Amino acid sequence: MFLKEYILNIYRAVASLLKGMKTTGRYFLRPREIITQQYPDNRAQMKLPERFRGEVVMSHDENNEHACTGCTACELACPNGTIKIITKFDVTPEGKKKKALDTFVYHLELCTMCNLCVEACPTSAIKMAQTFEHSVYDRSRLLKKLNQPGSKLRAGVE
Amino acid sequence: MLSLETITNSIQQWLYSTFNPTMALILECVIVMLLVIGLFAVLGLVLVLMERKVAARMQIRLGPNRVGPKGILQTAADTLKLMMKEGLTPNGADKFLFNLAPFMVMIAAMLILAPIAFAKGFQIWDINIGVLYVSAVSSMSVIGILMAGWASNNKYSLLGAMRSGAQIVSYELSAGLSIISIVVLTGSLQISAIIHSQQSGWWLFRGHIPAMIAFVIFIIAVTAETNRAPFDLAEAESELTAGFHTEYSGMKFALFFLAEYINIFIVCAIGATLFLGGWMPLHIGNWEGFNHIMDKIPSSLWFLGKTFLLIFLIMWFRWTFPRLRVDQLLSLEWKYLLPISMFNLLLITLIAIMGWHF
Repeated sequence: MFLKEYILNIYRAVASLLKGMKTTGRYFLRPREIITQQYPDNRAQMKLPERFRGEVVMSHDENNEHACTGCTACELACPNGTIKIITKFDVTPEGKKKKALDTFVYHLELCTMCNLCVEACPTSAIKMAQTFEHSVYDRSRLLKKLNQPGSKLRAGVE
Repeated sequence: MLSLETITNSIQQWLYSTFNPTMALILECVIVMLLVIGLFAVLGLVLVLMERKVAARMQIRLGPNRVGPKGILQTAADTLKLMMKEGLTPNGADKFLFNLAPFMVMIAAMLILAPIAFAKGFQIWDINIGVLYVSAVSSMSVIGILMAGWASNNKYSLLGAMRSGAQIVSYELSAGLSIISIVVLTGSLQISAIIHSQQSGWWLFRGHIPAMIAFVIFIIAVTAETNRAPFDLAEAESELTAGFHTEYSGMKFALFFLAEYINIFIVCAIGATLFLGGWMPLHIGNWEGFNHIMDKIPSSLWFLGKTFLLIFLIMWFRWTFPRLRVDQLLSLEWKYLLPISMFNLLLITLIAIMGWHF
């Protein structure tokens, strides 16, 4: 019985080692599967994975309108104070005061691309962009205002 | 036809007709020395590049591809960088042993090269105990490693060196037993005689399954003896930073690095000589046409082809298998490889006595 177990052990070990070698050997024989992107050379036709997260952006439509209500849910969700929402009060035609977004301040230098703000946003106003060439010569240039100048809340978004 | 054998013979004749015998012998030694050093340099460059390329392909990467066309000058650039660097000796180290160790490792590697037949009639020293010499000298390299580990005065280096000692001492046994199994089949320790005995077929095939088992055990044991992954406990980057060569830098580090690759080449050359017929071309039974075509290929190409095939196999191991723990390493040797190779040796002896091999 001992001998049988011993030989079975060897058989199983060899089989599992060969299985591993088969995998790496297959990769060796198929250079088409290489996933390296030769980045600066293929900048024009580079393909990033769909879920790659480069920075937070706010999407604006053709009328320069965004969907941010200034609810500060993203600011509360952010784990390291990357987002600062400055609000203002708009006056509606009926004469009522209404809270609205004044400036969406985004510190790219603090952001860890954790995606929590995008998940927290109730109106899908912000999203993750695929840009990643963020290097600048001055730190202050990483401080961004996400809402474009003169933009306003899209009608119908609450 | 131009072959390495005719070239060496004509050089020898010219030397002995021009100079007196002593002078000619000295000149021959100098030529051999230069050839060996040249071979070492070329092998170092080629093998390191091959390793990096093979590793990259197996990990779905590209590998070095910037220096020179397809990156073939990468290792030359690396060597140049290592030569420029400062070879630092730590303050607390034993200076003499510390500086001697890399040369010990290199000299041990150089010594093993002596009886290896690179092509038909192209051999430095056809000693009549060639295989015994190889297995005796190959255990010398552990002295250099122990020296480096001890003289560095560093706990990582010492641990690495001690592990290497335990490893080489245990794996030498099964490597030796697999070598003996071929010696039993051949009946000779001389490298050239072993190669000639494989004229009708390589021992790997002629010795039936026991020879194949011996071959597998030999490959595993020499992978361990050369301290390569999955048996690279002596350097184990993740636990011991760099093991025995943690404190080495510059050219002294390069010598250790080079010696590792030279050792791989040497053990693969020995494996090719013992099991795959050295420079003997592949002959299949009585297929006259096929055998004739195989004879056309130069013997040096046969030898290099077989050796590089085995080197590729060992690289394949390295980039596939995870590293063993020390206890796993020793139990693999003492509980599995050694009993199996002893039993296997008995089988091979039986085959040799009864003449069952063909």
